[in-house]
Amino acid sequence: MSQAFRLPVGGRIRRDEPLEFTFNGRTLSGFAGDTLASALLANGCRVVGRSFKYHRPRGIMAAGAEEPNAIVQVGRGQHAEPNLKATQVELQAGLEARSVRGWPSVNFDLGRINDRLGGVLAAGFYYKTFMSSAGSWHRSERFIRRAAGLGWAPTGSDPDRYESRNAHCDVLVVGAGPAGLSAARSAALAGARVLLVDDQPELGGALLACRDTIDRMPAKDWLAAQAAFLEAQPRVRVLRRCTAFGYHDHNFLSLVQHDLTDHAVVQRLWRVRAKQVVLAQGAFERSLVFPNNDLPGVMLASAVSTYIRRYAVRPGCQLVVFTNNDSGYQAAIDWLEAGGQVEAIVDCRDDVRGDLPRTAQSMGARILTGTVVAGARGRSGLRSVEVAPAAGSGVARQKLQCDVLAMSGGWNPAVHLHSQSGGRNQWQPEPACFTPGNPVQAAVSAGACNGVFGLRECLAQGHQAGQEAARRWGFEPAFDEASEAPAMQSGALMPLWRVPEMRGRLAASKQFIDYQNDTTLSDLRLALREGFEHIEHIKRYTALGFGTDQGKMGNINGMALVAEGLGKTIPEVGTTTFRPPFTPVRFGACAGGDVGDLYEPVRKTPLHEWQVENGAPFEVVGQWLRAHYYPHEGEDLETAVCRECLATRASVGIMDASTLGKIDVSGPDAETFLERLYTHDIARMSVGRCAYGVMLGEDGMVMDDGVMARLGPERFYVTTTTGGAANVLSWMELWLQTEWPDLQVRLTSLTETWSTIALAGPNSRQVLRAMGCDVDLEPEAFPFMTTRTARLENEPVRLFRISFSGELAYEINVRSDRADFMWRRAMAAGAAFGITPYGTETMHVLRAEKGFIIVGQDTDGSVTPVDLGMNWMMSKSKDYIGRRSLARPDCVRPGRKQWVGFRSLDDRTVVREGSQLVQGDTLEPPVPLLGHVSSSYFSACLGYPIALGLLNDGKRRHGEELLAVDAGGGRTRVRVVAPVFYDPEGERQHA
Amino acid sequence: MKQIRCPLNGLRNIDEFVYGGEYHPVTETADTDSRQWARQVFFHRNPAGLVIEWWCHAPSSYWFLAERDTRSNEMLRTFTLEAFLAMKDAAQ
Repeated sequence: MSQAFRLPVGGRIRRDEPLEFTFNGRTLSGFAGDTLASALLANGCRVVGRSFKYHRPRGIMAAGAEEPNAIVQVGRGQHAEPNLKATQVELQAGLEARSVRGWPSVNFDLGRINDRLGGVLAAGFYYKTFMSSAGSWHRSERFIRRAAGLGWAPTGSDPDRYESRNAHCDVLVVGAGPAGLSAARSAALAGARVLLVDDQPELGGALLACRDTIDRMPAKDWLAAQAAFLEAQPRVRVLRRCTAFGYHDHNFLSLVQHDLTDHAVVQRLWRVRAKQVVLAQGAFERSLVFPNNDLPGVMLASAVSTYIRRYAVRPGCQLVVFTNNDSGYQAAIDWLEAGGQVEAIVDCRDDVRGDLPRTAQSMGARILTGTVVAGARGRSGLRSVEVAPAAGSGVARQKLQCDVLAMSGGWNPAVHLHSQSGGRNQWQPEPACFTPGNPVQAAVSAGACNGVFGLRECLAQGHQAGQEAARRWGFEPAFDEASEAPAMQSGALMPLWRVPEMRGRLAASKQFIDYQNDTTLSDLRLALREGFEHIEHIKRYTALGFGTDQGKMGNINGMALVAEGLGKTIPEVGTTTFRPPFTPVRFGACAGGDVGDLYEPVRKTPLHEWQVENGAPFEVVGQWLRAHYYPHEGEDLETAVCRECLATRASVGIMDASTLGKIDVSGPDAETFLERLYTHDIARMSVGRCAYGVMLGEDGMVMDDGVMARLGPERFYVTTTTGGAANVLSWMELWLQTEWPDLQVRLTSLTETWSTIALAGPNSRQVLRAMGCDVDLEPEAFPFMTTRTARLENEPVRLFRISFSGELAYEINVRSDRADFMWRRAMAAGAAFGITPYGTETMHVLRAEKGFIIVGQDTDGSVTPVDLGMNWMMSKSKDYIGRRSLARPDCVRPGRKQWVGFRSLDDRTVVREGSQLVQGDTLEPPVPLLGHVSSSYFSACLGYPIALGLLNDGKRRHGEELLAVDAGGGRTRVRVVAPVFYDPEGERQHA
Repeated sequence: MKQIRCPLNGLRNIDEFVYGGEYHPVTETADTDSRQWARQVFFHRNPAGLVIEWWCHAPSSYWFLAERDTRSNEMLRTFTLEAFLAMKDAAQ
């Protein structure tokens, strides 16, 4: 048992549960109920890290989220978590922690040389040094990052599981200190649904280290009674180890809950919509600014009390207290009670007469009024302080031996959530802090975070806030009284933003404002000398308030010193913006369960199972998984696709086209509606006819395409591209509801209701016959671009004679629950014809041979149907969306990019898609770019590569030779040709 | 997360809604000159202040209008198209 600084009795630790852990490779022990920080202090670890820039030794200063120094890496490998504050890490058996800085070790760090170079490494050093000459930053960055960085990112993906939950409540209480507990109780008694959250493993906040009495019982007994009461309420939910880190619009808050007991999930993100919020997060103690105020052993006074009373650790022997207010005396009282020696209480005020100072004095503490600590001394830890008169009065300059200095510069209410909610803060000259202004959302602040620091007042204000919150939501408060603590007399705080300048060696010593970023008083002064005036600029120049603590300890000191330097008041300088998160949150917690396979929904067609059985690799299209190709034994993509193409054109192929969007457009005005959305003449479509349609945006550019069929006088069946289905439906709804509410039309998505099996190839008619098709399939009876209802294999289906391959082809639409059956029967019926299943890749090659476009691949929102050579399908006798825009000067100018085909001159090279087209061979800049290749394949049917794309004035350039240059620098000579390579007369599809 | 009061579905989280741009009825006809037409198609007012916008409640595909202050990003009220047109008529 080596916990030399552990007190023999007291604290809230569980001494019957000893725990072993390692820190920087050393095995140490502590108890359940410790934080890593309290256990390190119990073991006498004074130096726990090195500072960011100067590599100065640093110790634990605080006991909570404001800790700037004790930054550790916990765990290793995939489980590593960097940049945790030791004050917030609950001690667990086998915990492995390391300091994030210090090489070769935290106790002997070669980087300390930076401390001697302090004058050179002042604010703006990196900008001035590395941004002045191009490239020098890139050469040096790796080394600088290694010297200055924080922890190491874990290796591999995060193995932990996370989840998120939504919650609603009448009253959300943030913080379970005296104010929060009182608020939760009074709101619960009024009947409200209450959610109480606190970041600690146990409720109580400041009460966990409190020696006062409440309702005539010790604070810890009162606390236990409150906790038991709240736990017993059915309408109260208590979340421990849960931090409210974001306050968003409309009373929506984000909370993150850690270390859940079931261990299946390590963190849970709560998304809470609260009708009322009570903010009771307490306050952070301010540090004081004096030379060498960062030596290990310099701590916040409240942290000293917390370590003694909550964790039974007295982190030293000889204490000096340095304070500007009464609360600092508490540390001396606790220290004396814990058997320590108090060298002196140094108080910058002349007039000291509160209850706490009186108690300290009665216990024998020496109080030096009107005196300041002029500087601290020591190498790797505090050895002594030098005290000097604050102004005229005070004791003479002298040295006091001590190993711990407890400092208290007053308190900063935790206004973070209030500020995030949109509220402003107001400066209170007494007791010199920013407090929340009027709430802008349904929230109220209570207790220390509202600038009320007495226990009695916190209890009363919390009680009132809880009642008020419940009443505002219609609950009648119960007639219960606020809990009471004895009234305390305390003297006024005297703001002390820095100590007077001293002569001698201390004058050259650093005075830290932001410990984590090594921002010193002289950095702030440099920034002011260089002309920075706005606090947001000064923050970014000096790094004040950055880092994992976000300036919780030092920011207000910094702002006050900027105000002093500028000759302004503190409210004139103001604060920097408070943004979420309040404390760092893991990405894993934000992502929750939406990772890996659950990252995005996956859509599978009813034929998916057959495709898996037959070894198809899948391609993601939209959210759909589509079969890419069907490799035979030993085939790669290229050989499989060649075989599929040849088999389809020679006999028959079969493809799953179920992902195409399908919309039923019905109603008396269905025809009028589609006339306005599509470019072709809808009225000319008789019942049973199909037509290819193109939809334009208001700017005249192609938006989507697909085949539509007229099923009845007032009923159309419209298909869309796979990726455009949802957009087209909402585009239709938009026009119907906003511009044409007079049209009577109903839209129904049928994409998932019907599955589509495409049969393509000269033998597709034979396959349908073999499946027992009951309609006449002869070309005269069932011509190209028509549709019929039919029975296949005794199942009702709808057949479309349409073709995306240029072959004789049919699309079978079948109820999705019968699709698998129908596909298997088609495969059986087609066996005699060598029916070949093909995937999306073959589909692309077949359509490219015919020069058919894929919207979104061959078009990009800047392409008109005229550019694509589709003039034939643009009605001249009606108006439709986009028509007027097609007459804009830019759409009719000569030289626009137009749809053309390309052939490689060597008849071997497949040009890379995305290649740019240029003229000549030299590529001497500037090289005019004439167009680009959007589709490119090897055509097995033709025996040579084919490509399609858009080319300036393309229609008039057929026959020209150009150079296609891809992003890798590859060059291919190509000839411009017409965009239809195969069966330009279209005889095959009409067969 | 903000909430929007949909005239059809009541108060819902904003992630159920899709923004549809400024209320911008088609006022130009096919025979207006190109400059005016371009203004209709490509330009919106984008004011710093009150603006009437289209919003769609995606799960129910329902379009409605909302008045929003672009300076505070506060949605002041929402209405159905019919209610809005009636109000416009009454104002004229």
